[in-house]
Amino acid sequence: MATLELSVDEAAAVSPVRRTRRLGLLFWIAIGWMTFVFALAAFADLLPLPSPFHMDMLERRAPMSAEHWLGTDGLGRDVLSRLIYGARISLIVGLCAPVIGLTIGGALGILAGYFRGRFETLVVGSMDTLLAFPPLILALAVTAYLGQSLVNLTAILGVLGIPAFMRVARATTLTLARREFVIAAQALGASHARILLRELLPNVFLPLFAFFLLGVAITIVVEGALSFLGLGVPPPISSWGIMIGEGRESLEIAPRLAFIPAVTMFLTVLSFNLVGDTLRALTDPRQGAL
Amino acid sequence: MTGPALLSVEDVSVNLPTPRGNLRAVDRVDLSVGAGRTLGIVGESGCGKTMLSRAILQLLPKKAMLSGRVMFDGEDLVRLDRERLRKLRGRSLAVVFQDPMTSLNPVLTIGTQLIETLQEHLELDGVAAKMRSIELLAAVGIPAPEQRLAQYPHQLSGGMRQRVAIAIALSCEPKLLIADEPTTALDVTIQAQILDLLAREQRRRHMAMIIITHDLGVVAGRTDEVAVMYAGRVVERAPTPDLFKKMRMPYTEALLAAIPKIDAKPHTPLPAISGRPPDPTRPLKGCSFSPRCKYAWAQCQIEKPRLEDADSPGHQYACFRPLNTTAGALT
Repeated sequence: MATLELSVDEAAAVSPVRRTRRLGLLFWIAIGWMTFVFALAAFADLLPLPSPFHMDMLERRAPMSAEHWLGTDGLGRDVLSRLIYGARISLIVGLCAPVIGLTIGGALGILAGYFRGRFETLVVGSMDTLLAFPPLILALAVTAYLGQSLVNLTAILGVLGIPAFMRVARATTLTLARREFVIAAQALGASHARILLRELLPNVFLPLFAFFLLGVAITIVVEGALSFLGLGVPPPISSWGIMIGEGRESLEIAPRLAFIPAVTMFLTVLSFNLVGDTLRALTDPRQGAL
Repeated sequence: MTGPALLSVEDVSVNLPTPRGNLRAVDRVDLSVGAGRTLGIVGESGCGKTMLSRAILQLLPKKAMLSGRVMFDGEDLVRLDRERLRKLRGRSLAVVFQDPMTSLNPVLTIGTQLIETLQEHLELDGVAAKMRSIELLAAVGIPAPEQRLAQYPHQLSGGMRQRVAIAIALSCEPKLLIADEPTTALDVTIQAQILDLLAREQRRRHMAMIIITHDLGVVAGRTDEVAVMYAGRVVERAPTPDLFKKMRMPYTEALLAAIPKIDAKPHTPLPAISGRPPDPTRPLKGCSFSPRCKYAWAQCQIEKPRLEDADSPGHQYACFRPLNTTAGALT
């Protein structure tokens, strides 16, 4: 067999170049919108807004004016103010609930996919049970016993998200756990903890994170639906879902009362999806540069 | 064989329960490698080479049943507790796998993978580990190693990746390196480079090496001893020169004949071994190779031949009709 010695002049060797990828205008618009909504929600107290609870019965369903930029709702409350304070609730629930699902579901899924055996059977079985349980009944039961509150709402939505995250994490782990790099890590003397945290987690995290952003979008919508049904945060706190629900009553007279929060929700959800997709494409080193 | 064996595989069998029945992947194999020596294990796909290497490393699938002993440096790996085994792997025993596309973690940089291994096993601090990684990458012939540390596996070619995998395997100065078809996934010019690299590093570090391959050409110039496997058994085992000059097993002969010869006339048909290996879930009563063997006679179908010593030292074969002997067929 012929022998080829590799002798490369160090200086002549092409040094690796870091590629910068264009993010596109749409991405920046989405980021801009998200920052805008987050900033408004965070600094709502500092803004010169009328109280979202102040009712002005003489100004019911007032049109847009200098005093009420987006008009007032059926009870004479300032729509812009309610929208901004509502963003707080929608965003807190929308971000915290999927974090619960991501953490618990992701951990269970990776462990189940890696260790297999009885533990996997137990996890998958209990998740199937949870999936089979009607989510609305669970929400009703929890709110009936523990009362309506922001924490309870977040917890319900978080728990309901666990099976989906578990499934994504487990499926990804199953395909990865028998790959050679995991066996190679074992052969190098890596402990289970090390394999789980350093070899599997970074690989599983990417699809999980993409699913998380989708989860945020879904949760915002579901929070709206639950609020619409009266299972959300208790009144008079506003959330986008509650505003849409209240706007429904005056859909013929003042459709904007339902449309303004709906459009805000739509834009926010769309931004999350757009940013999620772009970030995933950007940070996924498996998508070859070739 | 000179000196005491670093690794000796004693009467190792691996059974895999499958839906179609028990699959005997490795059947009572005895092998040994001395410190600083090279053993080649040759055989076609599915003959149990990889299972044997996994059995040595104790990395068999959970369902697999292993019997026998794997003595490494005075310890039986089969009965070693998990923690001790974990310490031994990587530090004393290392592996290079077949496919460098999948044997590196796709989402971690080369640097992370190398540096973490070094930190874990040699307890180096970050700076020292990084320096050592750069040295290692340079040693395995990777140009501009410092920049490579920040790259991901997909940014490197197959040959480069295999070099990185070798660097990781060598990082803790193992006493034994198992190379499981290290060049099968690479093209031919790269194959020679990688094999030379392995041989060079082996000599430099005085480590023992097991090269597992289906290509007799790979083991020819680079091993001290060769074991030929067929259907889970070692059918011939000899010092490399003896195996090529005085082979006794018809299967070895057939494998050798199947290597293309550079001086053959163009369009010479390549002799192939007809038929296919026996179904490992339905073991034959007689010699596993008998259905495909052109010298087989009645006895071959009734009885399994045992490994027997040939007249030259260190040479063993399992055949009733060995080549170039009075008992066997004259070729």
